[in-house]
Amino acid sequence: MTLDFSTLLPYADVILEGLVTTLWLTVVTTAAGITLAILVAYARDGSPTGSRRIVSRLLGGYVEVTRNTPFIVQLFFLYFGLPALGVPISATVAALLAMILNLGAYTAEILRAGIDSTLTGQHEAARALGLSRLQSFRHVVLVPAFSRVYPSLISQCIIVMLGSAVVSQISVFDLTYAANFIQSRNFRGFEVYLVVTLIYLLLAVGLRLAFEFVGRRLFAFRQGGSA
Amino acid sequence: MTDFTLWDIVRNLLLAGRWTVVLSLIAFAGGAIVGLALTLLRMGGLKPIRWLIRLYVDLFQGTPLLMQLFLAYFGAAVLGFDVSAWTAASVALTLFTSAFLCDIWRGCVEAVPSGQWQASRVLGLNYLQSMRHVILPQALRLAVPPTVGFSVQVIKGTALASVIGFVELTKAGTMLNNAAFAPFTIFALVAFGYFILCYPLSRYARHLEKKLYGAGIR
Repeated sequence: MTLDFSTLLPYADVILEGLVTTLWLTVVTTAAGITLAILVAYARDGSPTGSRRIVSRLLGGYVEVTRNTPFIVQLFFLYFGLPALGVPISATVAALLAMILNLGAYTAEILRAGIDSTLTGQHEAARALGLSRLQSFRHVVLVPAFSRVYPSLISQCIIVMLGSAVVSQISVFDLTYAANFIQSRNFRGFEVYLVVTLIYLLLAVGLRLAFEFVGRRLFAFRQGGSA
Repeated sequence: MTDFTLWDIVRNLLLAGRWTVVLSLIAFAGGAIVGLALTLLRMGGLKPIRWLIRLYVDLFQGTPLLMQLFLAYFGAAVLGFDVSAWTAASVALTLFTSAFLCDIWRGCVEAVPSGQWQASRVLGLNYLQSMRHVILPQALRLAVPPTVGFSVQVIKGTALASVIGFVELTKAGTMLNNAAFAPFTIFALVAFGYFILCYPLSRYARHLEKKLYGAGIR
């Protein structure tokens, strides 16, 4: 057995292309997924009545189904299932949609844990002071909840980035697809996957550092303060 | 081309679903054994050992499971073994599970107040005795809910074994779809199969967590 990494060099641009795809998929998913999660958390907040209650139930179903099925099945369901229903969808759009829906469900649940640990008295006090439901949610509930669950949020975004390796299976040209492509050319599977795995590791570390940097800026008001 | 009835599809998925269950059990049992050994080594071990185990955990948590499966599959070939998809999937999922369980369980042992340690040492118990009679029983109570919760991740993780050719629920779904071309029905059924396996475990984990925190232990 011998390892030969030099056969990888001619494929540096392929790896770079895959890396760029993985990166932008992750960035768009993070932004859209967190937004989706905030909307879901808002719709499910409090004890909804009437039609809001039905919406809340449906959203609860979405969260549970997403959290209890594998990402690869969600991806196949969207990519193969939607066109069969007459909704044409490209591989990239399917991948993005699946990633956003996945992160949205997990983050909604993480946010809910944060919201549940906010004292209900604060919510009631805000309403009594004349803030609307939206204002009270935004200022009194959401921001403290966000800062409280921020570490879990970072982990979840990294999990989704790592999980995005699966989109290679519907031929999205991401980092893993690049690895498969090179492996099919130079037959150096182990070397290729080793290098690409290390790139993923660096991405995970980089993502965590970036998130922590943003977190320090975002929640600076909490540092040194109470809680 | 033969026509597939709904029952044909369901029956084939059920047959393949067995292997999802078997692979999940192998990964979880293997992962628990390796994970427990790592946790104990990490708690008592020397600094270099602790450092190595931390590296091991970080490596598995910081890289895609799909890559770990590819590496197990192709790595064995480099070493001169001709491994089956069964072996590669079992090994990769076992190592993956052990790293996460080691991390979860370390957290549980550390969550036992340090006063408990000091008290048992002062009372004359040695390291192993304190661990066995004082720390582990308390850590175990804390460990059950997150461990049950993680078993859901293991079951979902087995879906990736389909990529290296292991015929379980997901692979059976793609194979059936190639023959019957009813993607919406087939993948909805596949998803339903995982949901049936995972949802009760998720609910149970949440129930255990509520019970634990309701009991005032933190």
